Amino acid sequence: MEVKNNTAELKDNSAYRRLKDKVFFGIVIGVSVITISPIILIIGKLILKGFKQINFSFFTEVTPSTYDAMVAVSNNETIPGGIVNGITGTLLIVGIASLIAIPIGILIGLFLFESGEKAYARLIRNLSDILQGVPSIVLGLIAYLWVVKGITNGYSALAGSVALAIMMLPLIIRSTEETMKMIPGSLKEAGMALGVPYYKVILRVLIPSGFSGLMTGILLAISRILGETAPLMLTALGNPMINWDATAPTSAVPLLIWDFYNDPNMVDLIWSSSLFLMGFVLTLNIISKRFIAKQ
Amino acid sequence: MNTNIDVIENPVLKIDNLHIAYNKSDNYAVKNVNVTVKKNTITAIMGPSGCGKSTLLRAINRMHELYPDIQTKGSIYLNEEDIMKMSSIHLRRKVGMVFQRPNPFPTMSIYDNVIAGYKLNGMRMKKSERDQIVEESLKSVALWDEVKDSLHKKGTFLSGGQQQRLCIARAIAYKPDVILLDEPTSALDPIATSRVEDLLVKLKKDYTIVMVTHNMSQAARISEYSMFMYLGDLVEYGKTKRMFTNPRDNKTEEYLTGKFG
Repeated sequence: MEVKNNTAELKDNSAYRRLKDKVFFGIVIGVSVITISPIILIIGKLILKGFKQINFSFFTEVTPSTYDAMVAVSNNETIPGGIVNGITGTLLIVGIASLIAIPIGILIGLFLFESGEKAYARLIRNLSDILQGVPSIVLGLIAYLWVVKGITNGYSALAGSVALAIMMLPLIIRSTEETMKMIPGSLKEAGMALGVPYYKVILRVLIPSGFSGLMTGILLAISRILGETAPLMLTALGNPMINWDATAPTSAVPLLIWDFYNDPNMVDLIWSSSLFLMGFVLTLNIISKRFIAKQ
Repeated sequence: MNTNIDVIENPVLKIDNLHIAYNKSDNYAVKNVNVTVKKNTITAIMGPSGCGKSTLLRAINRMHELYPDIQTKGSIYLNEEDIMKMSSIHLRRKVGMVFQRPNPFPTMSIYDNVIAGYKLNGMRMKKSERDQIVEESLKSVALWDEVKDSLHKKGTFLSGGQQQRLCIARAIAYKPDVILLDEPTSALDPIATSRVEDLLVKLKKDYTIVMVTHNMSQAARISEYSMFMYLGDLVEYGKTKRMFTNPRDNKTEEYLTGKFG
């Protein structure tokens, strides 16, 4: 009886396969370099151009007047002053926006998680998705109508916060719902089986178990709105001084960047402010990545 | 009345005409179950997959109420008290439950897991009282010696078998009347399984234990009474020894001799 020798029939084409492997490896490396190069180039440019303006006074002094900047530029000195009015303004506006959006967003996210596929929950979920697609300038206009015209009778940090809070909401709602879905149902059952009222199971078992997920969503939402400029132009307007009054016009770092762009004497401050904003957002992103890793 | 189902005098649990369906249009997953459970025994619920074992078990602490689609008909009495008339919170404190997969609370330490029932309900206690409950509960599940030096580590660091014993400790910390176990050893290796079995035998002097098991030899080893369920019906119920040596129903015999299931 003839024994068929399987191995002999296979051609030895391992050299060809190794070559193919190398070619594809090269392509993948090339494509990934193209993908990451923008971020490297952006950060590189910002550091190169912005670093020389970053000093102690950058974080402690308000924006210089055009005249001071002009004098400094013509004398080839670094521009005096800083962006502390923008930093404090951003903290104020984003802080209030977070205070509005985080509790509401988490509550709605929990509601959607609980209600699953009920018609009302589906409606809310779809509306929240649509909200995410609303252009930020439109949210700025709405906040202008509601808050600037309706409540504070003038440009205010609160108006900016409302616009940004609306931007944060869909992100937090989604991430809360997704996080809660990831928590195994057995934990809920374990809590309920101990005779614990449901609201306590949510508060003391489910939310702590999903804490890192919730934090990730919140941090990503915050870093998403930190750089928003358009809605703030229509609402917070800007302010050359430090302002902690939510009902008064307030500056913010992205607004300052826009101001600097419009003032030929302050071009250098654009880069340093952008570097600062970028660093801030990047830090938040890294922290939220840490939370994801912990999950 | 089905003569293959023994009736026990002064039962701790009495189930009357229980029907359960997973939603309105579905067939019943548990049909017309009438059964009584004896105090301080281990009662095993056996049967092939999908016969309604877990469904029946989970009705006893009204776990089904977490899923609004599930329809339950009939009544269950715990010490002659209708459980449908009790608050579910009160009921679940009297009827503890251990699940198939160990599910300690991942955010809590071993200590907090044991005391979770008290803690989550916001009961204030002296630290000495809490320490005592934790120590007693962990000792009764034979976990104390293994974890006494790491009580404040997370419960999820324990092995699967230890986690399951921790979950049993969590259930008994509340001193329930009845403990329900839903295939408590199916996720465990043989050594961990035999430790949990030994533990259940020890625990029955203080608690009434009802457990679902897929494993006939486990039922034979540790239970005094057994239920055999098939397609939602309670086919036979009685002393385990008798059921294994002299089953009264053909279906029971076929299942026990491995002809199906």
